[in-house]
Amino acid sequence: MSSTSEAGWGSRIGLVLAMAGNSVGLGNFLRFPAQAIDNGGGAFIIPYLVCFLLMGIPLLFVEWSMGRFGGRYGYHSTPFIFQSFHKAPYWKYFGVFGIFTNLAVATFYCYLESWALSWAYYSVTGEFTGMNQQEVKQFFTDYIALGTNQPIIFWLICLVINTYILSRGLSGGVEKVAKIGMPLLLLFGIILAVSGITIQAGNSGAINDGIVGLNYLWTPDFSSIWNFDVWVAAAGQIFFTLSLGMGSIHCYASYVKSKDDIALNSMSAGWMNGFVEIVLGSAIIIPIAIGYLGIPMVEEMTSGGSGLGIGFAVLPSLFSNWGAFGIVAGVMWFGLLFFAGITSSLAMGTPVMAFMEDHFSWKRVPAALLFGVMILLFGIPCVLSQDAFNEFDYWAGTVALVIFALIEIILFAWVFGMDKGWKEINLGADIKVPMIFKFIIKYVSPLFLLIVFIGGAPAIWENATKDSSFYGILARILLLFLFIFISIFVYIASKKIKSEKL
Amino acid sequence: MSTSALILIIIVWTLVTLITGYFFYKILTIKPNPEPDSYLDNDQEEHLKN
Repeated sequence: MSSTSEAGWGSRIGLVLAMAGNSVGLGNFLRFPAQAIDNGGGAFIIPYLVCFLLMGIPLLFVEWSMGRFGGRYGYHSTPFIFQSFHKAPYWKYFGVFGIFTNLAVATFYCYLESWALSWAYYSVTGEFTGMNQQEVKQFFTDYIALGTNQPIIFWLICLVINTYILSRGLSGGVEKVAKIGMPLLLLFGIILAVSGITIQAGNSGAINDGIVGLNYLWTPDFSSIWNFDVWVAAAGQIFFTLSLGMGSIHCYASYVKSKDDIALNSMSAGWMNGFVEIVLGSAIIIPIAIGYLGIPMVEEMTSGGSGLGIGFAVLPSLFSNWGAFGIVAGVMWFGLLFFAGITSSLAMGTPVMAFMEDHFSWKRVPAALLFGVMILLFGIPCVLSQDAFNEFDYWAGTVALVIFALIEIILFAWVFGMDKGWKEINLGADIKVPMIFKFIIKYVSPLFLLIVFIGGAPAIWENATKDSSFYGILARILLLFLFIFISIFVYIASKKIKSEKL
Repeated sequence: MSTSALILIIIVWTLVTLITGYFFYKILTIKPNPEPDSYLDNDQEEHLKN
């Protein structure tokens, strides 16, 4: 089945780091702490961990197993991975989500990634030196309003970097970046977390100890546990952070042979993401921001559950309080965000490439170029308009993930059958997977996903019917076009497979 | 720092760090499967042995 047979992972540790890199993204450092503050502080961790155990871990097992199973038949993208689980022809069209979501999310994600790259560059060149908080905020506002051509330049650089690394293949590109990027990310994260927590009131303009921020973030409001919205937020964060329901995990796992473990690999990558999010993610932006700005301002900035404002518009001015180390801290913080971003966006590129390589015999370089060009074309509205950006984020980055996850767990546990599925999870396993997960995967996770989906249905309907600007409508049309476009390619690929079999 | 926040941080951070460390340690120390396996880096070594 084409050139993908030559592709593969160089080493087990490389695969685990690449898979952890796929999960660890900007959300670990920006979204998680803001979501926690917005949803009951330390008590948010309870629904978060419950969702991780009842939905995150089971879906990790399912996605890794499905990927490895499909890879056995030479399939590395979800349309035909799904088809390998059941012969009914419609399954492959459900699998379209696994390419669609990656492409659609990559369009706006690469733009975010380019912000981190440009902010790291500005930190090195001293652009923020001497700026007060208001000036950095204005700089950020002007930047996203495309006041200069620099956002476009950095975005294009980001696309070129992604395309180039993808064209180097899994072991020669993605894995090498993960092996360098992930350890650096951990190192930068630990240094920044220690610096944040040890801020002392009265020193370098700080008004609070760093510990005050940590205390604020972790003080539990247990009454929030009875709020349904908090559970939906926790489930959403688990999806977002583990890159579940996207199809990228299936693709990475499809290069693992049947006799090799996926159980330990999936737990290792999943928990590493948990460590980065829960330990490092909670110890950087909130302690630093509260240390210099106080609780009321930070509460205002995190309302809505996004840490983007603090991460980009506030931290550069706060780092300047640290003197010469402030420049290093700025480079580390935005470098960390860039590494977190690029290891995720590379994972979004591989299913698209694998599909073209598997079914249309494309070589790696043209397949990577196709990904780059599509991200460029579909990304233009996201760069030009916040409305388009939000539409892509909502439909592809939120709704599609839940739909896809619900479909895949039904296919795996109910259509393929949980007995066969359980054997698949345990095949070659280096750890003993507790039997309770057989029950959880079959009953609890699908029910959980169904509740999340039904609970979110009114909001989905409201968003689908609400008016939007020209760019917002354009984004919806583009998303629909993209889904149909991929479905047509899947149809052509299935015809090719049939004709090859005859 | 409030007692409830301190207890929560200690329990959660310790638990998450230990579990992550345990799985990662197992990945690094577990004996690799005999060739042919999924990983390309050791293919040449095995080839030379044969």
